[in-house]
Amino acid sequence: MKNEKPQKNPEDRHPFFDQISQLWRNKTAVLGLVIITIFILCAIFAPYLSPHDPLETALYDQLKPPVWHATGTWINILGTDDLGRDILSRLIYGARVSLVVAVISVGLAFFIGILLGCISGYYKGFRESIIMRCMDIILAFPYILLAIVVVAYLGPSLQNAMIAIAITYVPRFARIVRGSVLEECEKDYVSAARAIGARDFRIIFIAILPNCLGPLIVQTTLGFASAILDMAALSFLGLGAQPPTPEWGAMIAKSRALILRASWVMTFPGLAILFAVLGFNLLGDGLRDALDPRLRD
Amino acid sequence: MLAYIIRRIFVLIPTLLGVSILVFLMLHLTPGDPAELLMGERASEEALQEIREHLGLNKPLYEQYGLFLKQLMQGDLGETIWTRQKVWIEVKQRFPATIELSIVALFISCFAGMILGIISATKQYSIFDYLSMLGALVGVSMPIFWLGLVFMLIFSLNLGWLPMSGRLTVGVELETITNLYILDAIITRNWAALRDALWHIIMPAVTLSTIPTAIVARMTRSAMLEVLRQDYIKTAKAKGLSQFMVIFKHALRNALIPVVTTIGLQFGVLLGGAILTETIFAWPGVGKWMYDAVMQRDYMVIRSGTLFIATIFVLINLCVDVLYAVINPRISVK
Repeated sequence: MKNEKPQKNPEDRHPFFDQISQLWRNKTAVLGLVIITIFILCAIFAPYLSPHDPLETALYDQLKPPVWHATGTWINILGTDDLGRDILSRLIYGARVSLVVAVISVGLAFFIGILLGCISGYYKGFRESIIMRCMDIILAFPYILLAIVVVAYLGPSLQNAMIAIAITYVPRFARIVRGSVLEECEKDYVSAARAIGARDFRIIFIAILPNCLGPLIVQTTLGFASAILDMAALSFLGLGAQPPTPEWGAMIAKSRALILRASWVMTFPGLAILFAVLGFNLLGDGLRDALDPRLRD
Repeated sequence: MLAYIIRRIFVLIPTLLGVSILVFLMLHLTPGDPAELLMGERASEEALQEIREHLGLNKPLYEQYGLFLKQLMQGDLGETIWTRQKVWIEVKQRFPATIELSIVALFISCFAGMILGIISATKQYSIFDYLSMLGALVGVSMPIFWLGLVFMLIFSLNLGWLPMSGRLTVGVELETITNLYILDAIITRNWAALRDALWHIIMPAVTLSTIPTAIVARMTRSAMLEVLRQDYIKTAKAKGLSQFMVIFKHALRNALIPVVTTIGLQFGVLLGGAILTETIFAWPGVGKWMYDAVMQRDYMVIRSGTLFIATIFVLINLCVDVLYAVINPRISVK
């Protein structure tokens, strides 16, 4: 994972390798990593892996069942949907959509959250109260509601859904960073940095922030899991990816009408969501145990 | 304690005001003319002018917000755009359905989650422990809208055991008092309706409870493990108390403290998840209503509905905090 880059200071390497080996011994985390790697490979090599064009409709191949059905064929291993599109190909391309969505929306929330968290933790005072009150307001909306409302106003599209998810995730990061920064600010090295005349920017981003990385990495990994899940839910409600984008949630939404005639159209996208989310959750749990024992639940 | 509660309520006021400002501003922050957003692009100029007059969109923003707040204080949630009905009437009708669904789901997740967690903790590293914790992780990762459809496919369409949607079969008579059908059926001793209502609620409630059950199970397990390691448990065992007494009387009590907080926090998941679950099972609650409003672009309903759900959520969180302080006297009420 790109998050696990060795730190620059050679003295930091020991705990880092400790953590890596701890992670490696954690079987569930390794399983999560394997699942995620499979999905990432699918996303990168989608054009080579998928047997058909995910958008190509075939009038005569509508609703073909998967290969293990009596009438299934190896041409469409997981069958086709109501427009004759190959489901396996759509699933593979769907990995692309979901992972890109997760990276962008969590990435946005990550940077905004860190910025707000640093400002409120370091400068305190009225800036802190304003930022934290704003975070409280966002947190006053249960679960996916705020995302739904934001998309309802901006208009349904993949891009707007990403923005909406990013907004709802900002407080998670801001709170973690603020807490860590508050804690770190009390320590001597920060006073030392101040004493040698380092500027605030340097103190925050070079001195303090690397010490808050553990919980941030954990939260990012878990954030990927919930972003995939939330985007699938938004698309299922018709607020995220629009047809003909091969998005897993949107695929399930379209299959609702076919539930009796062709259950496979619905089954596989759901399993894809489940496994992708499970992968990130497994890894996130493992990382939490390895990096930040305080956060264990 | 009273001082603590009062202070907590005061902290809530800015949050709720902020929420009201946010939902109010959303209409105006969206690019474009609010009247056009409300009425759609094809609305005639007269219709636009009329809606501007009607909702006061011509007035300055602060005046509009003042009016909005004044209405809210009087318990007026405004009108729907298309039918010009009072939103409050709709909320009153639909909210009990959501509450009923959420409470049943919460009950299922408390019961199932705590049992799973307790057994896993007492048999740590057993095969049961591994399976139930893997199950809990799968539960947390579950797209519940998909799970609902799978349940529907299996239990309604293939097996025909459970009804697919709605709260009651058409034709079943039930005198509504509280609008919580299960409660109404018990009050009026209408056992046929009770059975029907229970049959209808099982699938949506189980679907909705998936994620909370998993979270409660994980929380109970880790809280129990923490407590079971302590000396007083050893003492209790050494005294010769039965396993049952040690676990349920001595350990569970202390383990419950974090679990109760977790359970309280699940209300958010339930209220949000209700939008998905109610949409799938055509459950006539607030969630389905919000979804319909989003689809019809009735921004007045979206605004009031959002504010209503957020307020309920914030109030429930307040209750959880207070409850936490009550059951855990070690937490000094600072």
